[in-house]
Amino acid sequence: MNMAVSLTQYLVVAAILFTIGVAGIILNRKNIIIILMSVELILLSVNINFVAFSAFHSDLTGQVFALFVLTVAAAEAAIGLAILVTYYRNRGSIAVEDINAMKG
Amino acid sequence: MIVAIVFLPLLGFIIAGCFGRFIGARPSEVVTTSLLFVCLLFSWIIFAQVGFGTAEASVPVLGNWFTSGAMKVDWALRVDTLTAVMLVVVTTVSALVHLYSIGYMHEDPSRPRFFAFLSLFTFAMLMLVTADNLVQMFFGWEGVGLASYLLIGFWYEKPSANAAAIKAFVVNRVGDFGFALGIFLVFVLTNSVAFETIFAAAPGLAGKQIHFFGMNADAMTVTCLLLFMGAMGKSAQFLLHTWLPDAMEGPTPVSALIHAATMVTAGVFMVARLSPLFEQAPEALAFVTFIGATTAFFAATVGLVQNDIKRVIAYSTCSQLGYMFVGIGVGGYSLGMFHLFTHAFFKGLLFLGAGSVITAMHHEQDMRRMGGLRKDLPVTFWAMIIGTLALTGFPYTAGNYSKDAIIEAAYAGGVHQSTAVYAYILTTIAVAFTSFYSWRLIFMTFFGERQLAPAGHDAPSAETSDAAQLHDEGKSARATDPHSAAVHDDHAHEPHDHVPHESPWVMLIPLIVLSIGAMFAGIIYAGPFIGHGFEEFWKGSLYQSADNHILHEMHDVPFLVRILPLIMMAGGALVAWYMYISAPGTADALARANPLLYRFLLNKWYFDELYDIIFVRPAFWIGRLLWRGGDERVIDGFGPDGIAARVIDVTNRVVRLQTGYVYHYAFAMLIGVAVIITWYLVGGVR
Repeated sequence: MNMAVSLTQYLVVAAILFTIGVAGIILNRKNIIIILMSVELILLSVNINFVAFSAFHSDLTGQVFALFVLTVAAAEAAIGLAILVTYYRNRGSIAVEDINAMKG
Repeated sequence: MIVAIVFLPLLGFIIAGCFGRFIGARPSEVVTTSLLFVCLLFSWIIFAQVGFGTAEASVPVLGNWFTSGAMKVDWALRVDTLTAVMLVVVTTVSALVHLYSIGYMHEDPSRPRFFAFLSLFTFAMLMLVTADNLVQMFFGWEGVGLASYLLIGFWYEKPSANAAAIKAFVVNRVGDFGFALGIFLVFVLTNSVAFETIFAAAPGLAGKQIHFFGMNADAMTVTCLLLFMGAMGKSAQFLLHTWLPDAMEGPTPVSALIHAATMVTAGVFMVARLSPLFEQAPEALAFVTFIGATTAFFAATVGLVQNDIKRVIAYSTCSQLGYMFVGIGVGGYSLGMFHLFTHAFFKGLLFLGAGSVITAMHHEQDMRRMGGLRKDLPVTFWAMIIGTLALTGFPYTAGNYSKDAIIEAAYAGGVHQSTAVYAYILTTIAVAFTSFYSWRLIFMTFFGERQLAPAGHDAPSAETSDAAQLHDEGKSARATDPHSAAVHDDHAHEPHDHVPHESPWVMLIPLIVLSIGAMFAGIIYAGPFIGHGFEEFWKGSLYQSADNHILHEMHDVPFLVRILPLIMMAGGALVAWYMYISAPGTADALARANPLLYRFLLNKWYFDELYDIIFVRPAFWIGRLLWRGGDERVIDGFGPDGIAARVIDVTNRVVRLQTGYVYHYAFAMLIGVAVIITWYLVGGVR
């Protein structure tokens, strides 16, 4: 019995994470921070795919790319949180229902 | 010389009109006035040469205006006796009015514009009287109409002045419509618009029939009636007279120049000029007589009760124009022209005198608030007396010769023309009326006590009369309103807080000159104009058919006919003296005794109201229908407004898609991604 984890299992985990992330964005009605976390989840699932294919193809490029994605994700989280802080100061709320300034 | 006469006023207009604001008001006045005096000098020289000398009538052609098929129109200046008479009238009155305006308008801020318009008017009028074809005459005709419009509306801050200007223009359009049709018909009949050709062809056209609205009509009669329609509009004859009294909204020198001496006589001149055509249409001449007599009578009756000093004179003008047409209608073209000539002097004099009174009263025009001005304004008083004597036909003054000649001619014409009898009766009665309202004006203005308060001097009660007067003014700002007057007259803080003062010399000199004219124009010129030597004077510029001997027949009327106008004149004056000097209050009592008649006259036979119902309101109604219904509802509704409304409807629905919630956008993106992927997977990569 081959106990080695196959590529398929990695991809399934990544797909599940991605779906959870998307569902978190769409279904979440409460807190904008959850949306940020969901975005992180999506990025994470992408990273798993990168690393899995990198190992599968024995090509390091994918892992390098994963490192870049992590960097960008960190920067994105920092900027996103900073925006949230400012937004909270201005509007006194970060509930998703209250953020509809673009309503037509 | 004739070119200089016609075009110097145009030069003055260009200088004052285009450069007036650079060179200032005083140079504009000096330039236009001195140019007019040059014209005046030249005109009298031409008058002497053509009328009394041996100079031939000439037609210098300046150039071709346009040629279209058989229609060939030249710019040409016709100089014959008829033109020379008009030249003298126009340039004399115009030059004196220019001079007078320097004094009258000296407080007005836009004097260059005023003098530019005056000169423009003079140019157009000279173009009219020197025209050698109908189209050039029409050019001058419309030019004077334009200048009249501009000058009536000169004080454009006043709504009433604007309304009066528009009314004058629109009513004149009605007449001009007929005039233009008449010109077309002349062209159809003679294939030309040049006077020489038309006049040569006219005798051959007598009795010719034209097909007209499915019936046959006498060609010359129809033509002359249409042409006369133009004359009716311009000369404010019965039915088209309504604009003339309202035109008194303009400055008084304008009233004197345009609405008394020159422009309104253009219709008389036109009929006299076209005498070869009218001589071929006896029915049209009978109609001219009828309209003239009706106007003379109608305007005189209205003049009896008016209280605005300028309106009295305006109705008097209207009435005297009627006399001129009676003279022409019975075949005595030179009678009409002679009355035009003398009338220009005494009516210009009366208007300028009235202007002097109005200035003295600080822009007060209501005669009921005047009185006792005799001692304050001695020169004006005597000038007005002379003007009134001439107007009423006092022996040896100008009006006596011209007006009585017309009445005698109307009597003599009764044998040939049925309407001449009607004209004789009405004009004789109108003599008494003329005398009455003229002396009433003098007595109310110069005699009696000064009326400071708006007393109901001549009305059943002050309120009703004032209300009627307000109604007269078109329910808008009254000319006598101190506030509207104050716009132009810095002194007029309170209209009555100054002692009336005599006008400056620059205004009195024209009065004196015109007084001399009003005194002696008749006695000097009666011989050449209408006396036995008239053929040598007119030299064929007025045509009379072979069996038209009216100018000889009128000397053979009975003595009673000769003396009756004098008796009527004296009677009118005596009644006026009795009612306003001897027993003041008689007029009030009389008005109270006949309220219906009084109101009928005060409201000018209700012509304005009638026209309001017949023409003005339907025109407004149609206008509103086309505006609200046609334009706004149909064109805009289905056009730009409709499309814009549909766009807004669509966008309003689209806007509802934009909720502003992030997760909705995210969901939409997800759906989109899912659709693309599905399509990609199902369609496959080719």
